[in-house]
Amino acid sequence: MKLYCLSGHPTLPCNVLKFKSTTIMLDCGLDTTSVLHFLPLPLVHSPRLSKLPGWISKDGAVSLEKRELLDLSTIDVILISNYHCMMALPYITEHTGFTGTVYATEPTLQIGRLLMEELVNFMERVPKAQSATCWKNKEIQRLLPGPVKEAVEVWTWRRCYSMQEVNSALSKVQLVGYSQKVELFGAVQVTPLSSGYSLGSSNWIIQSHYEKVSYVSGSSLLTTHPQPMDQSSLKNSDVLILTGLTQIPTANPDGMLGEFCSNLAMTIRAGGNVLVPCYSSGVIYDLLECLYQFIDSANLGSTPFYFISPVANSSLEFSQIFAEWLCQNKQSKVYLPEPPFPHAELIQTNKLKHYPGIHGDFSNEFRQPCVVFTGHPSLRFGDVVHFMELWGKSSLNTVIFTEPDFSYLDALAPYQPLAMKCVYCPIDTRLNFHQVAKLLKEVQPLHVVCPEQYTQPPPTQSHRSDLMLELQPPPMPYRRCSVLGLPFRRRYERIQLLPELAKSLVPSEIKPGISVATVSAVLHTKDNKHVLQPPPKPAPVPPSKKRKRVVEEPPELVTPKPLLSGAVPLEPFLALLHKHGITEVKVEDTPDGHILHLQAEDTLIQLEEDGTHIVCDSNEPLRATLRDLVLRFLQKL
Amino acid sequence: MPEIKVTPLGAGQDVGRSCILVSIGGKNIMLDCGMHMGYNDDRRFPDFSYITQNGRLTEFLDCVIISHFHLDHCGALPYMSEMVGYDGPIYMTHPTKAICPILLEDFRKITVDKKGETNFFTSQMIKDCMKKVVPLNLHQTVQVDDELEIKAYYAGHVLGAAMVQIKVGSESVVYTGDYNMTPDRHLGAAWIDKCRPDILISESTYATTIRDSKRCRERDFLKKVHETVERGGKVLIPVFALGRAQELCILLETFWERMNLKAPIYFSTGLTEKANHYYKLFITWTNQKIRKTFVQRNMFEFKHIKAFDRSYADNPGPMVVFATPGMLHAGQSLQIFKKWAGNEKNMVIMPGYCVQGTVGHKLLSGQKKLEMEGRTTLEVKLQVEYMSFSAHADAKGIMQLIRMAEPRNVMLVHGEAKKMEFLKDKIEQEFTGISCFMPANGETTTIPTNPSVPVDISLNLLKREAAFGGPLPDPKKPRTMHGTLIMKDSSLRLVSPEQALKELDLNEHQLRFTCRVQLQDPYSDTDTLSRVYNHLKSVLKGYTVQHLPDGTVMVESIVLKVSSSAEDPNTKVVLLSWSYQDEDLGSFLSSLLRKGLPP
Repeated sequence: MKLYCLSGHPTLPCNVLKFKSTTIMLDCGLDTTSVLHFLPLPLVHSPRLSKLPGWISKDGAVSLEKRELLDLSTIDVILISNYHCMMALPYITEHTGFTGTVYATEPTLQIGRLLMEELVNFMERVPKAQSATCWKNKEIQRLLPGPVKEAVEVWTWRRCYSMQEVNSALSKVQLVGYSQKVELFGAVQVTPLSSGYSLGSSNWIIQSHYEKVSYVSGSSLLTTHPQPMDQSSLKNSDVLILTGLTQIPTANPDGMLGEFCSNLAMTIRAGGNVLVPCYSSGVIYDLLECLYQFIDSANLGSTPFYFISPVANSSLEFSQIFAEWLCQNKQSKVYLPEPPFPHAELIQTNKLKHYPGIHGDFSNEFRQPCVVFTGHPSLRFGDVVHFMELWGKSSLNTVIFTEPDFSYLDALAPYQPLAMKCVYCPIDTRLNFHQVAKLLKEVQPLHVVCPEQYTQPPPTQSHRSDLMLELQPPPMPYRRCSVLGLPFRRRYERIQLLPELAKSLVPSEIKPGISVATVSAVLHTKDNKHVLQPPPKPAPVPPSKKRKRVVEEPPELVTPKPLLSGAVPLEPFLALLHKHGITEVKVEDTPDGHILHLQAEDTLIQLEEDGTHIVCDSNEPLRATLRDLVLRFLQKL
Repeated sequence: MPEIKVTPLGAGQDVGRSCILVSIGGKNIMLDCGMHMGYNDDRRFPDFSYITQNGRLTEFLDCVIISHFHLDHCGALPYMSEMVGYDGPIYMTHPTKAICPILLEDFRKITVDKKGETNFFTSQMIKDCMKKVVPLNLHQTVQVDDELEIKAYYAGHVLGAAMVQIKVGSESVVYTGDYNMTPDRHLGAAWIDKCRPDILISESTYATTIRDSKRCRERDFLKKVHETVERGGKVLIPVFALGRAQELCILLETFWERMNLKAPIYFSTGLTEKANHYYKLFITWTNQKIRKTFVQRNMFEFKHIKAFDRSYADNPGPMVVFATPGMLHAGQSLQIFKKWAGNEKNMVIMPGYCVQGTVGHKLLSGQKKLEMEGRTTLEVKLQVEYMSFSAHADAKGIMQLIRMAEPRNVMLVHGEAKKMEFLKDKIEQEFTGISCFMPANGETTTIPTNPSVPVDISLNLLKREAAFGGPLPDPKKPRTMHGTLIMKDSSLRLVSPEQALKELDLNEHQLRFTCRVQLQDPYSDTDTLSRVYNHLKSVLKGYTVQHLPDGTVMVESIVLKVSSSAEDPNTKVVLLSWSYQDEDLGSFLSSLLRKGLPP
C-alpha cells in the first residue's frame, strides 16, 4: 500500500493511494496562488495597470500541482471531497488517457461545475491577442523581472481549461450519496461521509474486509449550513490521511463574522461602498444569512446588496434544492415547505439582487452606496477587478476579505497606492488544531498521515507549539512528490465457502475452544471475489476394456495429503497391530523411540516422537494397512 | 436451514392498505403501513393483531419502512405507531417525510370532521408519529443495527417514491413499493442495480396491461380536454394532490401556451400550491430535463393554472378543474362531480386507478345511476373517460425490473388475484429457475436461503493457490487446494496446514515409507537408472521427473536410487522413499516398478 503525494498544498490536496491493486486519486485541488504573479485582467484596458512595473501581463495561467510521479492513465477512480478540491479535474481526466470514474456527491458536482464555469468565463471574456509560453524556459525566466524570476517550476503552469473540457471531465462523474457503499472491482469499498464543511462535502472511507483507510479533507465541526460531520464512522482506521485543516488557525470564524458585519455597517453609514471579494458558493450563503438577521437591526434595509457572478443565480438557486445535504434545522424548513436559506426572502424583497456581470441590467440599476459580492478573491480576474479600480481611490469605501485562500496583501499589491480601507476577516470553518486533536483522540486511528506543514508550527509563529499536530505515534508527514509506504500488512482476505462444502467439513476439537477441519476445495476467483467449491467427484472408472491402460495411468496431479500432527504411542499401537493379526512384533528401544520389527512380514516400523517410518518392501496391502493404523493416532491438518 | 418469511397483512392479492411483514436473519421488518380506500370499517387498516394479540409492536419489529406518501402505503402509520403502539424507527425518504403528514392530516379531517368518526388518530398523533421518522437518502446504506442494513433506490411513481433493499449478511429482500419503469413529464424511471436478492416483492397493479406509448395517451387526453372546452363544457380531473396532478398540469400548461387557449384551468386549493412548492424544493427527485433547466425556468411555476374557489364551480362557460381526491370517494372532487354530473356537455377524466367501492370505480364500471349518501341517486349524464396516467409499471416494466435485479424468487402484491395469476405464469415461463409467489393476506411464504459461509483466508495461502492456478484457470482440470480451517470463538480462518501447525503450537509428525523393489535388469547401475528415468518420464506425463547428477532420480519430491543386489548383479534394487504427503504417487510408483521395465 503506497501513497503518492502530488500536491504540497495542505488545503488543496492531491494524493494517490494504491491499495489492493486499485489506484485511487484523492482529490485534485487546483492551486491558483500563482495568479498573484500576474497583472489583474480588467474588462476594459486600463493604462494604469498595464504600465505597472514588476508584474507581467500574460495569459491567465494557473499552476498545476502535478508531476510525472505516476502515469495518470493508470488511475482507476478519483474521489472528490468537496467542490474546492476538484478544480484541477479537467487537467487530470482530459488528454491524459484517463479512463476511470470520478465519484462525487450531487452538490459537489453541481457547485463544482458552477465554479469551473465561472473560472472559464472570467478567463475567456478577456481574450488575449497573443499568448506566450517561451518565458517558461528557464533561460528566459532568469532574465524576467520581479517575483516571476523566483517562481519555481513555472513549467507546470498551464493555461486555463475550456468549457468543453469541463463538460467532458464532469461527464465522468458518478454521483454518490453519504454512507453509500461503492464497490471498486470487488476488491475495495469506498464510502463518502458527511464532513460538515460545505454542501455535499465528504470524507472518504476506503476499506477492504480487513483494512480501513480514512481520508479526511476539509471538515468542519461548526454549525453552519451543511449536514454535520460524521465522526463515528471514522473509528477503527488503520491509517487516517488528514488534510484540509483551517488556513487561519488563529482566527475564530464567529468573531470574524461579527467583525465583517460591523465593518460593513460602518462603511455604509458613512456613505461608502463595501466590496466583498468571494467565491460564488460556500461561505457567501452564511454571510447572506448573517446579513439577513443583521440588516434590520443595523438599519440597512434600504441598502442594495449585489451579488455579481456569471453563476450567481444558479448558485443561489442550487443552494435551495439540496435539502438532504443540509443541517437539521434547514432541512425541517423544507418540510413546511419553505426554502432552506433566507436569501430567497432577500431576493423576493429586492434587498439582494444578482447579476451575471456588470454590463446590462446591473449598470442601469446600480445604486450607491451598496454592498457588492463578487469574484475572484485573488483580485486578478473577474468583476472584482473593475470594482477595485472604481472604488480604490476613495477612503469612504471598504474592501472586506473573507476568503482565506490568498494573502490579501499580495492580492492588493498591484492596486497600490490605495485609499480605500481594507479589512481582513478570513472565515475558515475547517477544523483547527484543537478540534483535530480531540477528533483523533475520539476516533483513534493507528497511524496518521498529514502534510508536513501540520507537523511544525507555522513559520511566522514558530513559538506557537499549539498550532501543530502532536500525536503518539507521531504523524507521518508528506510533502510534494513524496511516496509513502503505508505501515500495514495485509494478512487475510474474505472468501466464501459454498454451503455444500461447509456442510461436508468435519471439525475436530484440538484444544479447548479451538476446532480445526481440513478443507479440500476448488478455488474460484471472479471479479476479485473468492469462492471455495467442493472438489469435483472423481470421474467413474471407464469400462473394463481399457482396464490395462487404467493401471498404467498415473494418479492425477492432485494436492498433497494433509499434514499430520501428534505422536504414535507404543502400547496402544501394539495392541492395535495385535487386533489386526500382527502378533510377532519385536520391539527395540532407540534413543529417540522404538523400532518395531514385524518378523513374519519382514517389515520395520520406526516410531519416534515426531515421525514414523515404515519400511516395507513388497507387501503393498500390508503397507496400506499399517499406514491406516498409524493414521488413526494422528491428527490431520 | 436459514429462511426468509414474508406475510402480507394487506395488499395480498388486493390493491390497498399495503403492509408486508418480512422476517430475515432473525430481524422483523414492516414494509409500508397503508389504509384501504374501499372500506370505512375495521378492514380499512391492516390487522396488526396478527403480529401480537396484546399490545405494543415495538419488541416485535426492528423497523418500519414506508415506500412513498400515498395513503394506501402510509395511511395506517399513526394508527399503528400511536394507537397500537410502536416506538422503533420508521424510515422514509425526505420528500415522503415532508408530504406524508399533510396527506395524513387531510385524511383525518375528512374522516373525523366530515364523516364524524370517533376513535381515530388525532393531529397530535400524526406529529408524534412523524417524530419517529428517520429520513432516508437514495443509495445511502443505513445500518438499522449491527446486522440489518437497508438501502433505497429511485422508484419513479411519485415524488420521493423509493424501492428498498433489506439485507442481513448475505440474505436480502427487495421491496418495490409502487414504481414506474418509464420516465414521465416530471419524474424519472425506476432503477436498481443487479443486487440479486433472495426475493423481490413487486407491485402488480397493471400486471396484465401493456400500455401503448405515453405520447398517444397524452395526445388523446389533450384532444378530449380540448374538444370539451371548445363546445363549452367543463372538464373535471380528479387527482391526488401530488403526483399525476403535476404531470398533467405540465402537460396542459404547455398545451394552453402552444394553442393560445383562454379557458381557465383551476387547481383545487389548499394542498396544491403547497404541493408545487414541494416539487420546487425537491427538484433533485424529478427527471433529468426538469433538473437541468430549473434555474432558467421552473416547470412547477404555472402561468395558466390558478387556484380554485368553491364558487367557481357554478360559473358559466368552459373550464378545466383538477380536484382532489383522485377516486371521487370524498372531498372537493366529489362535490364538483355532483354539480356537473347532470350535463352531457361536461366530462370527467379519471387519470388513475380506482379502488373497488369508490364512486370512481362505479363510474368506470359503467354505472349510470349512483346511490349517494342519504339515499339519493345521482344520474350520470356527463361523459366519463378513463386514461391510465397512474405511474405504475406495466407487465413489461415488471419483467424489466426482474431482469435488472436478477432475484431468486419473485412475490407479487398490490394487484388483483386474477391478473397476478397471469403474470405469475408469465414470469415463471420467461425466467427459468425463478419461483413466483402471490400470497393472500395473512398467508406466510417461506423461502429457504442457502447462504455461503464467509471465512478469512490467509493471504499467503490464497496467493500460493493463485500462483499455482496460473493466469487463466483451466475449467476442465480444477485444482483442489488444501487448507486448514481454524474455528476459534466466532472467527473462522482458513490457513495453510503449515501455518495452522505453527499457530496452534503443534508438532508435525512425519510419516515416511521406504520400499525396495527388485528388478531383473542386466545393465550397469547407471544404465538401469537411466532406463528407470526414461520409463517414468514416458509414463508420468505432466510430472517433474529429474535425473540428478548424484545418481538419483526424483519424481516430484520422491527419491529413487538403484543398486545391484549383492548376490546377483543382474538383480537391481530400486529404493523408493516418500512421505505421507506423496502417498498416492509413491504407491503408484512402487506398483509400477514392480511390473518391471519395458525392454
